[in-house]
Amino acid sequence: MNNSKDKNKIKLEYSIISNDFKRAGETSSNIKSILKKVGIDNKVIRKVAIVTYEAEMNIVIHSYGGNIKLMVEGNNIIINAYDKGPGIEDISLAMKEGYSTATDEVRELGFGAGMGLPNIKKCSDYFKIESSTEGTRLLIKISF
Amino acid sequence: MVFHSVVLDDEYCKGCTNCLKRCPTEAIRIKNKKADILKERCIDCGECIVVCPYHAQDSITDDLRDLNKYKFNIAITSTTLYGQFPLDVKIDRIYESIKGLGFNYIYDEGRAADIIALTFNDILEKGTNNFPLISSLCPAVIRLIQIRFPSLINNIMRVESPMEIAARMAKKEVMNKYDISSEDIGAFYLTPCPAKYTSIREPLGIKKSYMDGAIAIKKIYGDLVRNEKKISGECGFSKGSSKGIGWSRVGGQSMAMGIKKYVAVDGIGNVIKVLEEIENENLKNIEFFEGYACVGGCVGGPLNVENPFIAKSRIRQIYEDNEYKAEKSKEEIEEYKELFKSGYLSWTEDIEPRGALKLDDDMFKAFSKIEEINKIAESLPGLDCGSCGAPSCKSFAEDIVCRGANIENCIFMIK
Ligand SMILES: Nc1ncnc2c1ncn2[C@@H]1O[C@H](COP(=O)(O)OP(=O)(O)OP(=O)(O)O)[C@@H](O)[C@H]1O
Ligand code: SF4
Ligand SMILES: [Mg+2]
Repeated sequence: MNNSKDKNKIKLEYSIISNDFKRAGETSSNIKSILKKVGIDNKVIRKVAIVTYEAEMNIVIHSYGGNIKLMVEGNNIIINAYDKGPGIEDISLAMKEGYSTATDEVRELGFGAGMGLPNIKKCSDYFKIESSTEGTRLLIKISF
Repeated sequence: MVFHSVVLDDEYCKGCTNCLKRCPTEAIRIKNKKADILKERCIDCGECIVVCPYHAQDSITDDLRDLNKYKFNIAITSTTLYGQFPLDVKIDRIYESIKGLGFNYIYDEGRAADIIALTFNDILEKGTNNFPLISSLCPAVIRLIQIRFPSLINNIMRVESPMEIAARMAKKEVMNKYDISSEDIGAFYLTPCPAKYTSIREPLGIKKSYMDGAIAIKKIYGDLVRNEKKISGECGFSKGSSKGIGWSRVGGQSMAMGIKKYVAVDGIGNVIKVLEEIENENLKNIEFFEGYACVGGCVGGPLNVENPFIAKSRIRQIYEDNEYKAEKSKEEIEEYKELFKSGYLSWTEDIEPRGALKLDDDMFKAFSKIEEINKIAESLPGLDCGSCGAPSCKSFAEDIVCRGANIENCIFMIK
């Protein structure tokens, strides 16, 4: 974890390792516990938890690795999830509920319902996704 | 919270670290060689009572002298009680022995469980927004949610626990049968559970409990066994069904209510793991979650006497033998459904989050504290040895920043 020194700013950054199922979920649960200690509203924490968990798992499962940054600015929580590729071929397909390219192995671990991205969008007040072979980037804003 | 049933007896405490590490909310510190419970964090689960080798942790409950306060006393029997005796001791004989303690009437908690089971479909319909619905039976789990999982408060079903419903129904029944006014009736729960005693004194979801007190099963067990040997007759009070009695073990609620998509978990550490999953929305396809702080369910309650696994096996046998049918007439079922509709079985008050984890009212100050805590934690050896009196290096770092602990209490920091 790498936190900023600014006062009046909350900044968190975590790197996420591809295929690391042992640590998978640690980032979102870490973020959750920090936001609880900071005293952010529960409904907001719940949304942040879902967004960061799904983004984290997507990076672990579908990418070569990346990172997640979270900032609190004014009344907004801004989440940046970024990875190094291979990218999403068809974004509009990936955003559909139930669409998944997860392998059987991953499905056995309980992932691959194709609900991650749609749920992220549902929980966000602002949502942007960009992807190329270089990587995938999510920008999410949740207001409180 | 002002009142806690779980207390520590300094005289017996050796300042060992057994309870320190087991506390699910990290509420215990060792100060001056004695354990100390941070009241704002305690959920009265009784883990420390179970684990203390010196029996220094204990639970405050009432005792039989308190029956003198009332003209007419009802014993509300926790269904775990039936697991405390060999199965050849008939429940009616247990009732007769309870009467010998000075009670005038007995109402089985299992009867209240039956009522909840009958109205569960209505409950499910009302609570469909937040899945899974979390059982409200274990108050330690509810308090855990208040402190560690406040975002799940809306998943808790807003229905009274069987204990509370039993107190209401029992008083109603007694007033219908006898010419006696409610002030003269005392309802006492024969309890396996400190958390429930706390709920009588500091109710969750209601303004005031109908229960007037509770007596730990282990306090009266000896008397009950002696009485049981002496009595000749049995006394017939209504019992809950075998299914209702089955609620005292993990899985019992879901089985009694015929819920297929359920998750049932016992032991507070396991409950925490599943609540994490629910918080991450990984259990959306589950209808019902029953979590128990105690191993095995309430049969493992710290104020019981019998080994939890033996008690659990007996309760399972009662459930499977299905001897007690407690069939309800159509009118009775309608009456219960009406009671549910009228709100008589439901919570009237909201469950508030208990911000015991929050570090500062100012969000940014709280965050700089977190950063400071992390920095200190990195400088500590990370052995979580407990010598400093805190359950982990991380929580010791938090104690330094927020509770004025001295870093030199870490035996590795003394130069
Ligand atoms: N970071 C990413 N990099 C590459 N592909 C991705 C990434 N995130 C999502 N995808 C693609 O989009 C699909 C849909 O993602 P989504 O999160 O909605 O579902 P899922 O991860 O397959 O299943 P679930 O999230 O329900 O476990 C994925 O199957 C994958 O093909
Ligand atoms: S599991 Fe039962 S006995 Fe144990 S704390 Fe919860 S309600 Fe009490
Ligand atoms: Mg996903």
